[in-house]
Amino acid sequence: MNVIVEREKGLTELEARIGQLRERGTSGGEMLALEQKVEALRRDLFGTLSAWERVNMARHPKRPIASDYLAALDAFDELHGDRHFRDDPALVGGFAKLRGRNVMVLSQQKGRDTKENIRRNFGMVSPEGYRKASRLMDLAARFHLPIVSFVDTSGADPGIGSEERAQSEAIAGCLMTLTRVAVPVVAAIVGEGGSGGALAIALADHVIMAENAVYSVASPEGCAAILWGDAARAPEAAEHLKLTSNDLLGFGIVDEIAPEPLGGAHRDSAPFIQRVLDGIERALSRLAALPAAELLDTRYRKYRRIGSWRGKGPVRAGGLA
Amino acid sequence: MPVPEWLRKRREKDVTADDASLWQKCPRCSEMLYRKDLVANLWVCSRCGHHIRMHAYDRVNTLVDGDFVEIGADILPGDPLGWADKRPYPQKLKRDREKSKLSEAVVTGFGTLDGFPVALGVMDFNFRGGTMGTVVGERITNLLEEGRRRRLPCIIFTASGGARMEEGMLALMQMAKTTLALQRFKAEGNLYIAVLTDPTTGGVSASFGFAADLILAEARAAIGFAGRRVIEQTIRQKLPENFQTAEFLLEKGHIDMVLDRRELRPALVRLLDYAVGRQRVAPLKAVPELAVP
Repeated sequence: MNVIVEREKGLTELEARIGQLRERGTSGGEMLALEQKVEALRRDLFGTLSAWERVNMARHPKRPIASDYLAALDAFDELHGDRHFRDDPALVGGFAKLRGRNVMVLSQQKGRDTKENIRRNFGMVSPEGYRKASRLMDLAARFHLPIVSFVDTSGADPGIGSEERAQSEAIAGCLMTLTRVAVPVVAAIVGEGGSGGALAIALADHVIMAENAVYSVASPEGCAAILWGDAARAPEAAEHLKLTSNDLLGFGIVDEIAPEPLGGAHRDSAPFIQRVLDGIERALSRLAALPAAELLDTRYRKYRRIGSWRGKGPVRAGGLA
Repeated sequence: MPVPEWLRKRREKDVTADDASLWQKCPRCSEMLYRKDLVANLWVCSRCGHHIRMHAYDRVNTLVDGDFVEIGADILPGDPLGWADKRPYPQKLKRDREKSKLSEAVVTGFGTLDGFPVALGVMDFNFRGGTMGTVVGERITNLLEEGRRRRLPCIIFTASGGARMEEGMLALMQMAKTTLALQRFKAEGNLYIAVLTDPTTGGVSASFGFAADLILAEARAAIGFAGRRVIEQTIRQKLPENFQTAEFLLEKGHIDMVLDRRELRPALVRLLDYAVGRQRVAPLKAVPELAVP
């Protein structure tokens, strides 16, 4: 059960009642008081969110998913298949125009309903999806198109077929390609950033993270199961993992946070999506000015710094050294 | 860089000897094995052929001709997340240091294999399950950068449960860091061989584990992306016994060779000879002293 959805129930009732009263022509002091009450409740409910609440926000059934971002682009032409095995519907990619600029877009696609979620494997990408992504990255580099990715996955697919087709090699392949392509790479973590399966398309020159998105080394459930043998302790694990946008900005793992409306991106999604696209556009403009060698060198140095260790000088933490 | 005395001692053969008796039980067939014979047999059970997990320094010692110049031993973990569950992360590290006689989950350095100078990295499952935290990432990256500078082939023995939970996203980012270093290393024509040992999974297998020019695996090693338990929970059924073994991966076409541990060193030497060639080998002493940036 999604704790945010649960919490919204009371609020939704109140909002519906306000709507009814307005229809009946109620106005003046009574209305104002009620509206103020709702506003206060909203702030009370969503003003400060715990890590676990943000995990639930990132998994909210109404949260904008990759296709909502793709629909907000000027144009998008999907390109299919890994040329070897099959087309993975969990990884959507293709040529796009973003605010007039030609780009290659890659995204992890969850479904809006159960039927689509099953078709899209809940946004969990299989090796053929990563191989498609790798192919499209190389294609982008050949034609000097920047790469833009929208990350939203609970993790890479952990099924038998994925192991049989070398999930590890497919993800390593994506990472190797992203270390090589001499075009700007901008990643937007818009929902769940699930471990290596997310990073495979998010090794980027600039990383934007939605305020209530999460990006984690392991799912809170997986972490709790590994550490305590009890997946039910996921809320506790979420706090430990430092997976929120603020945490990751502090570590230098993300470069920018896209603020969300109070109550989450789904409460007013169209302007929020534009805000993410604004950030991408700004990053692309800045990165486009860099010569290829400098771009690759900056990418190398960006990740080279990340970590926390002693030795070779003072303690370095979170890339802030 | 000077090697501390406690580490130097541990470099002597059979690192684990002092904490065990003359005999050791095979974890697979329960045969009692005479320790001296076991060491001579490279920790392979003489009865059932089981490859007992090797200590990183034992591995180094059984591979290199003579001296091993370790680098990165002074790179040590911090506690970036202030992690504490059953016990604080620094305490877990301390316990693992004592238990494993290692400073972290990987040993890196330079040595020669039958005359071939190589950059060598050896991971050890005994230290936090061989998980990759920032020290593993940093040491591997330094090894690749220094190997690239010296134009040496690089061999990494992997053994890992994946990214280290207690360092959160900083651990995951080591996949990116090591892959970037590997890209530069390979782009300049240097040979990279990965040797996957039991077990190799998660963030290590999905970065420098599988991004190698040549991928070897030890017999019956468990290798995969997702852990066996995770898959079983997802599909809600038992997996066949050979699933995610080295032999399974060979059959599926993911790796170049599966080798008995006792065949591994000669095979590595042959591969170095094919890919690098004897004529290109320069003596290690001619290489300038270490000066890692």
